[in-house]
Amino acid sequence: MPAWFDNHLISLLNGLAIGSLLFILAVGLSLIFGMMDVLNLAHGVLFLAGAYAAWWVAGESPSWPGFLAALAVAGAVGALAGIGLSLMVERLRHRSHLAQAQLTLGLTLIAADILSVVFGNDVHTINPPPGLDGSVMLLGKAYPVYRLALIGLGALLASAVHLIVERTSLGALIRATVADRQMVAAVGVDARKVKAAVFAVGALLATVAGVLGAPVYGARPGLDGTVLLLALVVVVIGGLGSVRGAVVGALVIGEIDTLGRSLLSDLASFVLFGALAVVLILRPRGLFGAASGART
Amino acid sequence: MSAAHAPVLSCTGLARTFGALRAVDGIDLSLATGARHALIGPNGAGKSTLFQLLAGGLRPSSGRVWLDGRDVTRMSDAARARLGISQTFQHSSLFPSMTVGANVTLAAERALGKPWSPVPRHAPALRQRVEELLADVGLLGRRAFPVAALSHGECRQLEIAVALATAPRVLLLDEPAAGMSPAESERLAELLDRLPAAIALLFVEHDLDLVFRLATRVTVLHLGKVLLSGPPEEVRGSAEVQEAYLGTGRLEDLFLADSQEVAAEVERA
Amino acid sequence: MSSSRARVVMIAGLVALAVAPLVIDDYAATILARVLVFALFAASLDLLVGITGLPSLGHGAYFGAGAYAAGWVAIHVTTSAPATLLAAAAVSALVALVAGSVAVRARGVFFLMLTLALGEIAEQLAQSWHSVTGGSDGLYGIPASRVLGVALTEVRWFTWYVLAVFIAGMAIIRTIVASPLGATLRGIRDNEPRMRALGYRTYHYKLAVFVIAGAIAGVAGALLAAQQRVVTPADLGFAGSVPVLVAVIVGGEATSWGPCVGAAIVVVVRDVLGPSLGGHSSLVLGSVFVAVVFLLPGGLARRRGSR
Repeated sequence: MPAWFDNHLISLLNGLAIGSLLFILAVGLSLIFGMMDVLNLAHGVLFLAGAYAAWWVAGESPSWPGFLAALAVAGAVGALAGIGLSLMVERLRHRSHLAQAQLTLGLTLIAADILSVVFGNDVHTINPPPGLDGSVMLLGKAYPVYRLALIGLGALLASAVHLIVERTSLGALIRATVADRQMVAAVGVDARKVKAAVFAVGALLATVAGVLGAPVYGARPGLDGTVLLLALVVVVIGGLGSVRGAVVGALVIGEIDTLGRSLLSDLASFVLFGALAVVLILRPRGLFGAASGART
Repeated sequence: MSAAHAPVLSCTGLARTFGALRAVDGIDLSLATGARHALIGPNGAGKSTLFQLLAGGLRPSSGRVWLDGRDVTRMSDAARARLGISQTFQHSSLFPSMTVGANVTLAAERALGKPWSPVPRHAPALRQRVEELLADVGLLGRRAFPVAALSHGECRQLEIAVALATAPRVLLLDEPAAGMSPAESERLAELLDRLPAAIALLFVEHDLDLVFRLATRVTVLHLGKVLLSGPPEEVRGSAEVQEAYLGTGRLEDLFLADSQEVAAEVERA
Repeated sequence: MSSSRARVVMIAGLVALAVAPLVIDDYAATILARVLVFALFAASLDLLVGITGLPSLGHGAYFGAGAYAAGWVAIHVTTSAPATLLAAAAVSALVALVAGSVAVRARGVFFLMLTLALGEIAEQLAQSWHSVTGGSDGLYGIPASRVLGVALTEVRWFTWYVLAVFIAGMAIIRTIVASPLGATLRGIRDNEPRMRALGYRTYHYKLAVFVIAGAIAGVAGALLAAQQRVVTPADLGFAGSVPVLVAVIVGGEATSWGPCVGAAIVVVVRDVLGPSLGGHSSLVLGSVFVAVVFLLPGGLARRRGSR
């Protein structure tokens, strides 16, 4: 066992790093879905926008101010996009959740095209900011420091989100809405403001994830589709509206995607989507999802 | 109720909990062929849950359901429907994109036609049956109308036509008279009076006039358990039932014996 | 419009389509053929989306499976058109059966996600299975189909072949929609719990329509393979499944010709106007899609009456 561990330590750690990134991306998608039954298919293109923001604001070899500026710009763009999305989705509130999902799909097509107009079709790579761009020796192998930083950041963010959701009144409101939407509405909470806030934060996290992920994934057309699918799998497996589920789901998917790929190469995708299918059939609410709430 | 008639639908020890809530808490019920059996009780007594357990829309936490002596507890709602159970719902459950006639046809097709046929068919017998069903509920003239154009009472009537279209042996009606005007309720009562004797009817109702007009047996539910089960007069006279409904109010206020007495009372006052 | 008038319009339209290859140039005929293929693909998806209420975002998987099957048969076995069509229908029906047995257990947005995932699995499969599909390079060098011994190398004859298959496919779809099966599927769309309470085994019906829709999509895929002479994995995943859903929604779900109208719009915007739009057909289509979702809920050929 220790020998196996040695050989695959890199993949294991990569899995944690990707998992952290996926958590930051997916937790917003999960809360939006859990609270509003809206499948935000634009989540992937938000990530991509963040990645492009990183390249554009900070450049290929960013300095710390540049990187932080990129984070700020991405955050602002994300929050504004989230509010805009929530307004548009709200107008379709009397139609089906399917129509709302279709709306986000249409907006994704538009946004993806605009991004390729503005940033071109080339693949852009971004290096980590100084200090995080080196490697560290782990069990005789070099490992990028940035990825370790990602793992740390992911853990920090997960704790922060957990605290907010479990300990604050906003968090209580979120949990209550996920558990029983009608009751919360009946109690008189202004649903629109809450929805706008959740959408804004979710979108913000997506764009920020794009910036943080840029040194790992780069920025290129098509990336939005790839991460959207991963985020969807995380959210479904972890459970809609559950932060804990997003953490567990993200780590599991992160590992399957990296460790699985190094062990099984192409078969990893089958495992990934196979897991999605299995969970959707046996436990449609996901591992930690709310028992009630989401309707078709 | 003669002991020689085995019940067509029955349940033993049926229970269903939701978390900490015991919605149905150990109920035994039996429905004889040709029964006219009413299920009453205050709100929250577990009537709708019991219906769902009997029809198969919900799995019990414990207990069994029997249809014609056959254990159907594990069977799905669709399987039980094919064995002869049919139901209506508290909130009309129809097919909104279709006409009145198409709604009933869809139900009748399942029992009498070929619903899987990928080719259009001429089925005059089916068409005639649909017309009969619509005539029975007084909706024949509305056959080509979309469901959205119907009044609430007409929707309830359509519900029943749809439920009867599958030629069931057991009919479960969940508050068929809900939201109906007195005239509509009267029409409903006449329709239920005319039901073939072979069909066993179990119905939940709050309209106690309807209950005592139609029912030969009444079961009172309270807090998920059977409080009393017996002939209507016995239930009417029971102090326990009165208390469950009203606390300590006057039973006479609740169970008005018949409208003539009321009219006489009003005259005297 | 009344049904007899609608029939006249339909026949006039079909006659016009039949005559068209004689009067238009090769480029226009190619576009016409592409529209017809895509229209059949969209009409098959509408059986799921509009008629049965199953919103699939992974229909490209069956289209692609049929395309690969037809291409493979044309390269390795025979270029006889009926054989390629049959192979396509059989393979895509099988794939739809396997995928559908899993997918139709879910509803609404969950079904959407599941079909999306299944489409991605199909694309992955196509990329990995080098020996059969040619991997990420795709299946290329597909020879021209033969009808009654004649190779369909001339654009006009090919367009007529596509038109014939299109008409046959649409006839099947329209017949099903007008049949008791169609009514059953619409019942499932409108109120599945009620259908179950009436005794319908809804899972079986949903699986059946999933397979039928998949088979017809596969036949459309066979036509694509015969026209493009190349099939790539991208045809099976998200990229192959989104435009056809856009076509159905924009054209109008559960309408007789809505999906075909939507298909025409998508193909024209993408292939004809694409170059002059600077390659930004996604932008235009996305905008049209959003506009339709907001302003025209039933699509362009809006749903009328009880359909």
